[in-house]
Amino acid sequence: MSDTQSKALKVKEKKELTTASEQIQPGPAFTPAVDIFETDHDITVLADMPGVKAKNLNIDLRDDVLTLAGDVKSPEGPDEVEMLTEYQTGKYFRQFTLSEVIDQSNIDANLKDGVLRLNLPKIAPATPRKIKVKVA
Amino acid sequence: MIMRRISSWPKWETRSPFEDVDLMRREINRLFGGLADSTFRGPSAGVFPLLNITEDNNNYYARAELPGTKTDELDISITGNSLSIAGERKIPSENESANYHRREREAGKFSRITTLPGQVDTAKSEARCVDGILTIVLPKAESAKPKQITVKTS
Repeated sequence: MSDTQSKALKVKEKKELTTASEQIQPGPAFTPAVDIFETDHDITVLADMPGVKAKNLNIDLRDDVLTLAGDVKSPEGPDEVEMLTEYQTGKYFRQFTLSEVIDQSNIDANLKDGVLRLNLPKIAPATPRKIKVKVA
Repeated sequence: MIMRRISSWPKWETRSPFEDVDLMRREINRLFGGLADSTFRGPSAGVFPLLNITEDNNNYYARAELPGTKTDELDISITGNSLSIAGERKIPSENESANYHRREREAGKFSRITTLPGQVDTAKSEARCVDGILTIVLPKAESAKPKQITVKTS
């Protein structure tokens, strides 16, 4: 971990969204970079979504499909004129199919400094229960 | 009979191995060519972080997307009309028992220097990080501000 942190960051262009279906609203849409990891109890999704405010972020889980959709308001003021544009701003959209059964009522989402942290706890696996037969 | 059947088989031997390579290359070109048409190709210095610079009458604004970076991890300085941004993006390590499915987010150090389009008032410049977007507001020096010239009619 320590050696990966000291390396120099390279420019990574934002990945434009490529889906079969078209977006309803025009404008660029990007797929956010994510980290997904799993422990025995939960799945955690970390997504880089700079510029997204909590109220503009939609997280949806149905039929094992997790959808992350974030709207970005352009940070520029009305009178500003562009001089140099190296990156574009736009929506973020990404979907994942989850294989594990998720406890939908206990999902926890946290958005801080443009990074979404989504905690998806797994439903505890059914523990085998021994039934004692009483002898009458 | 047997000979005829053999001769009607697809002729693997005669097919050049380069044909496959050529097909693959065409396929790649199609894929990436299609991408290049739709993706944005702005002027980029190729140095992290990418910057967007705008201006209005009073200020220049420099913006960069730095999700998860705190202001105290950034080192921003202005000398004359060159702006330098340096820092380190840290991704805290997770639980030891975590098994990764995907790891696309990257951590690392960065430093960039860029020339501003005009002279700025360095004393009044300020930077803030909101929702992972760094905004540096650089008030223009008096000499760089636009001057309205009124035409007098006699």
